[in-house]
Amino acid sequence: MSAVRPDPSKLYHRKMPATWWLTNRSYFLFMLRELSSVFIAVQIYQLSNGPDAYVAFTQKLSSPGWILFHLVALLFALYHSFTWFQSSAVVLPLRIGERSISRPIVTALHVGAWVMVSLIVLVLFLALKS
Amino acid sequence: MDGTLSYRWSCRMGVCGSCGMMVNGTPKLTCAAFLRDYYPQEIRVEPLVNFPIIRDLVIDMTDFMEKLKSVKPWIIRKEEKPVSEGEYLQTPAELEAFHQFTQCINCMLCYAACPVYGLEPKFLGPAAIALGYRYNMDSRDQGKDQREIIGNHDGIWDCTFVGECSVVCPKHVDPAAAIQRSKVDVTKNWFQSILMPWGQR
Repeated sequence: MSAVRPDPSKLYHRKMPATWWLTNRSYFLFMLRELSSVFIAVQIYQLSNGPDAYVAFTQKLSSPGWILFHLVALLFALYHSFTWFQSSAVVLPLRIGERSISRPIVTALHVGAWVMVSLIVLVLFLALKS
Repeated sequence: MDGTLSYRWSCRMGVCGSCGMMVNGTPKLTCAAFLRDYYPQEIRVEPLVNFPIIRDLVIDMTDFMEKLKSVKPWIIRKEEKPVSEGEYLQTPAELEAFHQFTQCINCMLCYAACPVYGLEPKFLGPAAIALGYRYNMDSRDQGKDQREIIGNHDGIWDCTFVGECSVVCPKHVDPAAAIQRSKVDVTKNWFQSILMPWGQR
């Protein structure tokens, strides 16, 4: 016996408001996370034009407007990376034997590895510069 | 109270999935929303968002039902064992691999929480994908290639990992994890089919 379907023309469809992402903290943080990729993209674009253009660009940066922009961009870039590590903990469950490692710990391990690799790169950069 | 107010309810203990509604803007099972947790603040009850309204607090779940069926939520075998050979055996570890995704009570709170579903009604949605993943991860199942709908444009790839579906799920199914793991799985299978096309299992 088939179910009785409601007549679609008699149903009331509510419209999703354009401000849907302002109703809730999770949605707002999600939009910030997605927005952070724009700042990453801007930085990659600046790098892609070649070393000379990049040097010319960095010389413009002494103005306070650009410094502020880059501070904001740095915060967004850090947030971008941190939320990526949080997502990795969801996608790849790590197990020791039968027990799973909790997600905050997996995130912390990723961040720890990131800090270590950054330090190694920094040390190498300083060593090669001199 | 107006005796003509229409709403769905059944088990009153959070296992049937009938009573999902928006309580102060959050999708909740109303049998698990107690006045003592909200009073004396105002309590606003609305029908579950992202679904068309039939009447009062009753929404139309036809789309959800169709999507559940579309992932073929049953054990699919390439070859059936005869009954005389007994049941398909499964170790506790094999059960553990998909057990949490069996706990879905089809309450649709995840669809109300998902902004992608709100913006794109063709999206398969968290519960349907988690259900498909549950069968793909079941060691007794051999039907992953018949659940291609999961790997389509309106399947996992519409998901942008907002994660709100898992936050509102009353049974801790974690559909967001199922979707992201399906993305890894589908991508891995795609590369395998391109790089090793002879290995059809």
